[in-house]
Amino acid sequence: MSRQDNGHGSLGAYFGVFAALMVLTALTLWAAFQHLGIWNTPVALAIATTKAVMVVLIFMHLRSSPRLTAIVVATSVLFLAFLLLVTASDYLTRTWIPIYFR
Amino acid sequence: MGSSTHAADVAARDAPPELRHHFVDMEAQKEASALGMWIFLVTEVLFFGGMFTAYVIYRAAYTRAFEGASNLLDLKLGAFNTVVLILSSLTMALAVWAGQQGKKALIILFLLLTVLLGSTFLGVKVVEYKQKFARHEVPGPHFVVPMDEATHQPLPRQAEMFFSLYFCMTGLHALHMIIGIGLLLWLVARARRGDFTVRYNTPVDMVGLYWHFVDIVWIFLFPLLYLLGRHTL
Amino acid sequence: MTNENAPHAPRVGARANYLNASYGVRSWLLTSDHKRIAVMYLIGVTVFFAIGGLAAALIRLELLTPAGDVFQAETYNKIFTTHGIMMVFFFMIPGIPAVLGNFLVPLMIGAKDLAFPRINLLSWYLYIIGGLTALWAVVHGGLDTGWTFYTPYSTVYSNGWVVVTAVGIFIAGFSSILTGLNFLVTIHTMRAPGMHWTRMPLFCWGMYAASIIQILGTPVVAITILLVGAERLFHLGIFDPAQGGDPVLFQHLFWFYSHPAVYIMILPAMAVISELVTAFSRKPIFGYKFIAGSSIAIAVLSFLVWGHHMFVSGQSVYAGLVFSVLSFLVAIPSAIKVFNWTATLYKGSVSYQTPLLYALGFIGLFTFGGLTGLFLACLGLDIHVHDTYFIVAHFHYIMVGGTIMAYLGGLHYWWPKISGKMYPEYWSRVSAWVIFIGFNLTFFPQFIVGYLGMPRRYHAYPEEFQVLNVMSTAGASILGIGYLIPLVYFIWSMRYGQDAADNPWGATGLEWETPSPPPTENFPETPVVTGIAYDYLTGKEEAAVG
Repeated sequence: MSRQDNGHGSLGAYFGVFAALMVLTALTLWAAFQHLGIWNTPVALAIATTKAVMVVLIFMHLRSSPRLTAIVVATSVLFLAFLLLVTASDYLTRTWIPIYFR
Repeated sequence: MGSSTHAADVAARDAPPELRHHFVDMEAQKEASALGMWIFLVTEVLFFGGMFTAYVIYRAAYTRAFEGASNLLDLKLGAFNTVVLILSSLTMALAVWAGQQGKKALIILFLLLTVLLGSTFLGVKVVEYKQKFARHEVPGPHFVVPMDEATHQPLPRQAEMFFSLYFCMTGLHALHMIIGIGLLLWLVARARRGDFTVRYNTPVDMVGLYWHFVDIVWIFLFPLLYLLGRHTL
Repeated sequence: MTNENAPHAPRVGARANYLNASYGVRSWLLTSDHKRIAVMYLIGVTVFFAIGGLAAALIRLELLTPAGDVFQAETYNKIFTTHGIMMVFFFMIPGIPAVLGNFLVPLMIGAKDLAFPRINLLSWYLYIIGGLTALWAVVHGGLDTGWTFYTPYSTVYSNGWVVVTAVGIFIAGFSSILTGLNFLVTIHTMRAPGMHWTRMPLFCWGMYAASIIQILGTPVVAITILLVGAERLFHLGIFDPAQGGDPVLFQHLFWFYSHPAVYIMILPAMAVISELVTAFSRKPIFGYKFIAGSSIAIAVLSFLVWGHHMFVSGQSVYAGLVFSVLSFLVAIPSAIKVFNWTATLYKGSVSYQTPLLYALGFIGLFTFGGLTGLFLACLGLDIHVHDTYFIVAHFHYIMVGGTIMAYLGGLHYWWPKISGKMYPEYWSRVSAWVIFIGFNLTFFPQFIVGYLGMPRRYHAYPEEFQVLNVMSTAGASILGIGYLIPLVYFIWSMRYGQDAADNPWGATGLEWETPSPPPTENFPETPVVTGIAYDYLTGKEEAAVG
């Protein structure tokens, strides 16, 4: 259950992730100026999520952490999703049952 | 945990000085510290999450105002800051790595580099905030509705909401960075004292987790605040 | 464990324990011993309960007569706001977790302390500082927004101490988060060898589930409070319609925490009841896994029902339907617990001592209040009774008839362990009955008067409601006396009470295998657990338990 301590192995991973993060940052900057219609935001979020996942897995060592840690991370994402989606669903469904007379 | 009580208690008596008395051994202490920090980060996810929720709702409601207002943010400074912060995550990860090796000089070097990069980020933010104050883009009684760069018409009034969220979200993020820099300087002081060895480097690890989290928040803030309207230009 | 008789137990002062381990104010204020911190919390929550109770007395005083003749409207608003804030944030939320949880969780799992003792102490300081901050606001003129802080009244129009109170609550929220964090890490990483999850006392399961809610929910109300403060100080307009803001968004963010918050209040109470019911039936609890699982189910489901506080807010009717269905569903795990407690009592060797009296009171009153919760989950019915005294009665049945009775039951049950003394059994039974009668007389009329249309948060009401209001105030007076009696005899018992045996109830659990009161380090050697929880098997029983 202990976190792995292999010094030389993870060094390469750190620089690799850094390079990838730089590439993805450039990508998101470029994509922001493209006319993708409603896809601009999902693309930006997908890139951001990819970056975040890399930081969590490699920089934050989730890859070599106990399974409980991954459950803790997943729980936070799940409940944040509850907050966002359920709140948004109020606004999105306001007109679904028209009980107010116009 | 299958060891007999007696062996565990014997082990505790030969314990290193960093072992707190209520833990069976250093392994347990490290496990508990890590779990504690991750759970704390969960609270931070929900903490920032509340503001992200407000952002989502208002952006959907006032899309044009938000896109136009976003284009008024200095993209060069924002992108520069993003690079700086990601680089600081690298130096932080290297500080943790050095901690695991017990290499005191490297620990201090990487921690100080992280402090330098973090301070650069904050310095740039100060510049950005000053720009906004100068251009009356600060919500409140002195707010002046700015011009849309795409259409050269005034933006809708709800642009003020964008700036409210901008200041609240980046302000809270900056506060977390200031606290992070404080923690890093504390680590530097402890490292200079020789506290961190191959056997014990948990505090560096924990502050590392916190610092990476603050980076992740910015990874999301950057596109949502700076990039959302660029495609309209 | 055999039931030792107290007269043979050594005097408290003769044996080293956490109370006499060191003396002086500094040894308490700088302690890292979870037991001492629990006692300090006990003092704190009692003080804030008294302040909230005083506010309640003033409310009931005003409501004796239909006219608003004791206080002006704005003053009355400040009084019920004080009552709500003091009770919710400084008594109910910390209550059982910070007092009983802090004391018992390490003992029950065989640990020497919580995972982070110094953070535990920090939690206490944050609680006190937050409470004093909110109290400062009360003393300097108070807040009139109601404990729910709805915008834009709280952010733009109110003349009360919004920001100061908000800061106090924010600080206390941080305390709550740190307590929850401590419990989660402790339960995950510090259980004694052999204490598998399925052998852990249900009290710990309840604390665990409540801690999950504290971790996930409190940050959202924290940021909401910060935004309210920022809006008020810097005129931001995030929730102000005049500046494009949405008051309903405030309500979403507020209730995302505040609904699960009520489960922070009830899950620890249910955890106590599980312990009391099994100890005083001398039977393993019925359906251990269902009770444990239902605690987790409640913790998760509680985050999906908050819109039932917003049926009349302008929220989407479709969303209201979904929230309504989910609110019915969240009642099911609670009902499962009530069935299991009842099944535990059935054919048990029941002894009607004071802790069990409180537990029985809880089961009855919580069930009653919970059933009225089902009425409120029903969208159409809630429209009728929203913001009336029906709602007030519902949540007081749960919070007072439920949680406070469980808190008192637990306090009585574990008092011998905490203080090393027994309380006087006669007076404890008297006060349990006085509280039960006073409580019902206070709050049952409120169901009626609320259903008939009396709105809440008004200092005046139509004359036809006076008789029921007088009954309610009479009940409140009796209830107040009922709460004073234990205060007196608990303090009395610390000096004059009979010395307690290590296990006066003959109950199972690691906490009963320590002396009363325990030594600072809890266990001289780490215990090894080999049996199930609630190992009350008689010679005849062979059926699978637990």
